[in-house]
Order: sequence, then structure tokens, then C-alpha cells
Amino acid sequence: MVALLAVTVSVAALAMTVGTFRVELADVFAILLGRGDGGVGERIVMNIRLPRVLAGVFAGAALGASGAVFQSVSRNALGSPDVIGFTTGAATGAISQIVLFGGGPNQVAAAAVIGGVLTAAVVYLLSLKGGMVGGYRLLLTGIGVGAVLGALNGLLLVRGALDDAVNANLWLAGSLNARKWTHVYPVMLGTVVVLPLLALAARRLSLMEMGDDLARQLGVAVERTRLLSVFGAVLLAALATAATGPIAFVALAAPQLVVRLGGRSDLPVVGAAAMGACLLVAADLITQLAPLGANLPIGRMTGIVGGLYLIWLLTRGRNL
Amino acid sequence: MSELLAAQGVTLAYDGVTVARDVSIAVPTGRVTVIIGPNACGKTTLLRALARLLAPKSGNVVLDGKDIRKYGTKEVARRLGLLPQAMTAPFGITVGDLVARGRFPHQELFRQWSVEDEEAVRAAMRLTRVAGLADREVDELSGGQRQRVWLAMVLAQETPLMLLDEPTTYLDIAHQLDVLELCRKLNREEGRTLVMVLHDLNQAARYADHLVVMKEGAVVATGAPADVLTVELLAHTFRLEARIVTDPVSSTPMVIPIASLERHD
Repeated sequence: MVALLAVTVSVAALAMTVGTFRVELADVFAILLGRGDGGVGERIVMNIRLPRVLAGVFAGAALGASGAVFQSVSRNALGSPDVIGFTTGAATGAISQIVLFGGGPNQVAAAAVIGGVLTAAVVYLLSLKGGMVGGYRLLLTGIGVGAVLGALNGLLLVRGALDDAVNANLWLAGSLNARKWTHVYPVMLGTVVVLPLLALAARRLSLMEMGDDLARQLGVAVERTRLLSVFGAVLLAALATAATGPIAFVALAAPQLVVRLGGRSDLPVVGAAAMGACLLVAADLITQLAPLGANLPIGRMTGIVGGLYLIWLLTRGRNL
Repeated sequence: MSELLAAQGVTLAYDGVTVARDVSIAVPTGRVTVIIGPNACGKTTLLRALARLLAPKSGNVVLDGKDIRKYGTKEVARRLGLLPQAMTAPFGITVGDLVARGRFPHQELFRQWSVEDEEAVRAAMRLTRVAGLADREVDELSGGQRQRVWLAMVLAQETPLMLLDEPTTYLDIAHQLDVLELCRKLNREEGRTLVMVLHDLNQAARYADHLVVMKEGAVVATGAPADVLTVELLAHTFRLEARIVTDPVSSTPMVIPIASLERHD
């Protein structure tokens, strides 16, 4: 946990030195501590690189925590917001905004949040059965809804004007490029508020993994805990998507990696958040350093890495 | 006889389908009560209602002289523990961690783990003989060991009342007896009041102080096994032709099945 945070901070600091304009590490710290020289370096760090890194940290943390909650609720390693359609729903919201109404980053972010929350509500209601939500039901319903929304996203891109479609496509790739402070604030605020609440619910969630009856007899208000945690997790996933576009697999992989690194007794919501932040910032750094010339969109990058990880998980997992 | 727990005229239903109608039972304090009955007679449903996992459509469940709905969730969990039929051990959890989860109802937000918790977990693991397995993962244990670990978890809850739903299912005969002997020990030595749902009539007769027989969602007989288990009851409730002899080991009634009375036409 402490080690993870240390790694995240180091990677983040390193990321701030990298770019067309080189800033030395010592200068970065000086600038962050308010002792910069007011030159080009300070403006670049404060207006370009710091927002970019913070967007990565908080979006990663939000995705990691969200993934931990969903995997616990669905009792399945595949139950993460990108698999069960919530990220796709957020994308539908964002693309609709871009293609149908135009609108700046704030409107797009708001639309992404609305899209994500609406999708979650639809999936939750469809997977309700006799007042209970079963794990597999949630997962399969989510995948179905996600497929429909994915098709809808494609349709929106085809129907839209060329410029809008290009914009939407860029957004769909998922990227930390050109993040401004306006991108950072919503996800930062959301993470700071929701993450501690989810961390408090973590013990109840891990008791619920043993079965609803057992958790309830231990004194857990099962349905209320589930509903509130899912709502918090959806909010986090949607805010992260709003800030960076859909980024695949961080939510899926972060909780699993934390468990495999540290063993477990309770659900590692905070650990997964730290791991998510670490993964996303590291992935961003790699895309910037990668010798591909162009800046590879980070969403594609995590997609490649995450896909390989998923295949590995599927081939060796015994309780999927 | 005083009672800690009782159902008073409860009607129970899932999704609008009535499973038990107007059931009243009293659980005698400090005794072992066993509920028996043919499949789908509503015994598990009754047990769930007694543990407040299922709200009755009408009637009351009374715990310690008070309507069970008037207690807080954790308060109920400190008074009665339930071992359900189906549980899942989370991936990679150790025996010690699993048993420790039984302490949840005794913990608060800012008082997480105490000496009493430690002591309760240790005592529960000693009684169930799983102390030596504390650092093993639950996934790698045998069925009999695993069942003892789950029992230890409910035991660590330190409730005066324990409800067990078919605690012997999926165990071979030696492990079944092992679990039942353990239950008897909990009752005799720890003074816990037990309510069990069992399938095996002879085990029920041997381990019950008080027998509750259910059929089609209603209680058809209650009392000491020797009074309740009769040839007529078996024919009527279980559709079983049988003789009843005295168990040469425990001197309790022993059912020798002869034939099913179900007509196959």
C-alpha cells in the first residue's frame, strides 16, 4: 500500500519532466512547492503537465475503486464497469453530446456522467429478480446492454458531421492529452468524497461475498449496502470516463493485482484505487516515452495490455 | 419451559407463493431443537424467518420477549447466529480471517478489533478443532474441515442461540457424526440453545431434545423424539412404511424404513 503510493508519486513526478520541453526533476519539485521562477517551465508544469498527471491519478483511482466494488458485488473477476457496459454508457452520453449538440468539455463530462448513471440504473433494474440482484445476472445483463450501446455509439459516429465524428473518435480512444484543470476537478472531487465512503462499506461488501444470508445474519443490511456501493462505484467510473474518455481494463485489473500482490482479508478498495492510479499514470508515461512517434492514446494502450492480462486470467483462473 | 425464540402464527411466502401457513413453534432455552419434514415442507423457510432473513407476511417472531423486527440488525446478530446451507469462501481467504469475520456484529466503526474478539475467535477455533489450520486457505480444505470452519465462524459470533440449516449436508457419515457431536458439545458444555434442520430421521431422534415435525408448510407434531416418532406419523408425514425400534446405542427411537407409500401411477 505504502509502496504503491510511493511508486505512484515517483512515476507521477517523472511524468512531469517528460515532454517536448524538458523540465528537470528538481525544478518540478520547486515549482510544485511554489518556488518556481515563473518561467516557461512553471507554466508548462502547472497548466499542462500537472493537470494531465492529476487527471491520470484520480481517474485511475476512481476506476480501481469502482472495479473493486463491482467485482465484489458481482462475485466475479469479470464484473468491472468497462465489461458490464457502464463505461460504454458513459461514452454514449459523451458522444451524443459531441455529435448532436456540440458543446465544450464540461457539457461532454456531464453527459458522460448522466450516460453512465442511466446505463447503470437500466442494468440494475433489468437484473433485479424478486428484489435481489444476482451476480451472473448483473454481469450478463450488463454485457447485453453494453453491446447495444456500443452499436449505438457506432451509429452516432456514422450519422454525425465529419468534424464532430473525428472529435468523438478522439474522445473514444481515451486520452490524457491536453487535459485542463476543468477536466480534473470533477473526478478529483468525486474521488475525494466517494472513495472514503466506499472504503467504509468495504467490510460489509466482503462479508456479502460469502452469501447474502450469511452476511445478513452477521448484521449487514445487504440490499442497502449493495445499492449505495453500486451507486458510488458508478459515479466514480462515470466521472473517470468523463475526464479521460473510456479507458479499458484499469478497473478490471487493479483490484485483481492488489489481491495477488498482498493476499487479502477485506475488500481492498483503497488498495485498488492506489493500484489504479499507479497503473494509469505509468501507462501514460509509457505512451509518451514509446518510440512510436505520435502520442499513442492511453485508452488503446491499456486496451492492449489489459487484453493480454485478461487472456492470462482466463487461462489460469479457477474461480471465474 | 422458558423460551428465547418463538414463532407466533407466522405465514411465510416467497414471491407471493405461500410456503408456510400460521406456524407457531417455541424454541426451548438451553435445548437442542431439531426440525424435520419431507422435502419442500418449509423447514428452511421457517429457519430463515426465525433468523429474520425473511419477513413473515403475518404473525410475529419473538426474540427474548420482544418482536424481532424491533431490534437493530447487528443486535439480532449478537443474539442469534445462523449457518445457512450455501456459503462461499472468498478466494484466497485463510481460516483465521474467515472465523474472525464472525466478530462483525460486535465491532464498531472506531473499535475494530479487541481482546474479546481475539479470545472469541481462539475459543471457537479450539472447540471446532481448526486452530491448527488457522493459516491455511479455506479453498484447500476438505469438506469436513470446511464445515467445521464455518461452524467456528458462527461460534465466534458468541450468540446464545444458534440456528443451523442442514449442517451435515455433503459430508460423509463419519464427518456427519463429528459435526453433530460438536453441536451437542456446544449445547451441553457451552449452554447454547440450538435449532437444527436435519434430513436423517435417526440422527434427529438421537440428537434432538425437542423435535418439530413439519409437512406442507404446517407443524404436525412437536415434543420429545420418543413421543413424536410413531409409525402413524411416519406414514402420514413422510409417506413411509416403517418400524420403530430402540436404538441400541443411544436408547432413542430408531426408524427402520420398509417401503415408500407414494403411489407410482
